[in-house]
Amino acid sequence: MIKIVNLIESWVVSFVLELGGFVTMLKDGVFALTKTPVRWKLIFKQLEFIGVNSSLIIILTGYFTGAVLALQAGKAFRLFNAEGATGSLVVISLLRELSPVLTSLMLAARCGSAMAAEIGTMRVTQQIDALQVMSVDPVSYLITPRIVASFIMAPLLSIVFSVVGTFGGFSVAVGVLNVNNAIYWDKIQQYVDMEDLWNGLAKALVFGLIIAVVGCRKGYTTSGGAEGVGRATTQAVVIASVSILVADYFLTAFMF
Amino acid sequence: MLEIRNLKKSFGDHEVLKGLSLNIPSGKITVIIGGSGTGKSVLLKHIIGLIEPDEGQILLDGESLYEMTSETLKKQRMRFGMLFQDAALFDSMTVYENIAFPLIEHTDWSEAEVTRVVKHKLEQIRLPGIEEKFPSELSGGMRKRVGLARATALEPEIVLYDEPTTGLDPVTSKAIDDLIVQTQNNLKNATSIIISHDIPSTLRIANQVAMLHDGRIVEVGSPKDILHSKNPIVREFLDPVIDQIGVA
Repeated sequence: MIKIVNLIESWVVSFVLELGGFVTMLKDGVFALTKTPVRWKLIFKQLEFIGVNSSLIIILTGYFTGAVLALQAGKAFRLFNAEGATGSLVVISLLRELSPVLTSLMLAARCGSAMAAEIGTMRVTQQIDALQVMSVDPVSYLITPRIVASFIMAPLLSIVFSVVGTFGGFSVAVGVLNVNNAIYWDKIQQYVDMEDLWNGLAKALVFGLIIAVVGCRKGYTTSGGAEGVGRATTQAVVIASVSILVADYFLTAFMF
Repeated sequence: MLEIRNLKKSFGDHEVLKGLSLNIPSGKITVIIGGSGTGKSVLLKHIIGLIEPDEGQILLDGESLYEMTSETLKKQRMRFGMLFQDAALFDSMTVYENIAFPLIEHTDWSEAEVTRVVKHKLEQIRLPGIEEKFPSELSGGMRKRVGLARATALEPEIVLYDEPTTGLDPVTSKAIDDLIVQTQNNLKNATSIIISHDIPSTLRIANQVAMLHDGRIVEVGSPKDILHSKNPIVREFLDPVIDQIGVA
């Protein structure tokens, strides 16, 4: 019994310490923006890596998510002759839930892992020590650009996901299920609010922060050579993905 | 200039430094020797302020490194250059970008001026024309030489070397030794602190040698003093090498 209590205690302590580490990293990363110089070149490089280079995977995921939503919803709605509502269901689901969550999960897998691996490798090969020795703040050099870029790009990619998903849904609803073209768009206009868009974007902003902070923190605290880098990369993806899903529940409960 | 006083550091239950004291004379090459795992690299990280000790002080011109604000410490670090054990070159940057990095970060020099200094540094380390190569394309010895060029780009007063000849063949080791001495002269009598367990190299270049054992400095002196030391710990460390290389 004492063993179990001790085990739970150590889990709770390590959870709180880890959480504290993430919050500190976020605070330091944002605070570094107030110091000059802001490293625009590095921020643009990360915007390109996280945003531009992730576009294709987001477009593909978005299209097929919208398509499968339309296929499932359209067939279900047909049972009571309401397939015209397919468009509104697709778009509301995308805006509120699927775009921010799936975009962020894709980014966690693609970019969060890369952040942890890159910074982790720099840590174990003493490149971060070298930055410090050269009086360069590693947080403003490595962490801040990634946090800023992820914060900006997660919502933008979420919009891309929604737009492409809407057309994916349209192509299946109109092309496969023979829903009337005008009705598809009309129902979207009728049932979708701007609030759906804003709330989805707010979620994506939070998820963007989670991806960058978890990826950077895991990389920054890497130890133990190549094995340590592998462990940090895996942990970055797992922790960011689970955190996104947990945060999604609480944000949804708060917003809608 | 640099004084280490009663430095103590533990990692968990493992006490690495146990009250280490040492004076580093200005304008000289001090080599700190000792076996693997005796805390040499930990000591070097303390000297440059990457690690804080549990107890003790490192005084730079009489001022404690650990009582400085982070901004002051950053400024003081500009007086240091460091060659890491595996050079720690930025692997996403070319040789040119690596050497230019401290210049771009800390000076407002024009690109032409930075290029001129980088080329000059590459000539000094006898590797001209490798500006566009990446660290992964270089041999271990070349990486160390580029690391040295980067460490000295801003002409620091104090240069730290973490095992500069470890893992290199005797010819390349000798070349690195020559470069260390040359750097010492080029930088107008900079202070050099070298961590090493390479005895032949130490005897070649050191002005002062300090033997680190079990977290403490057990012997300090000129290479000649160390060579003829009666201290059993020093003898145990030196004798096998001396027998092998035949130093009298």
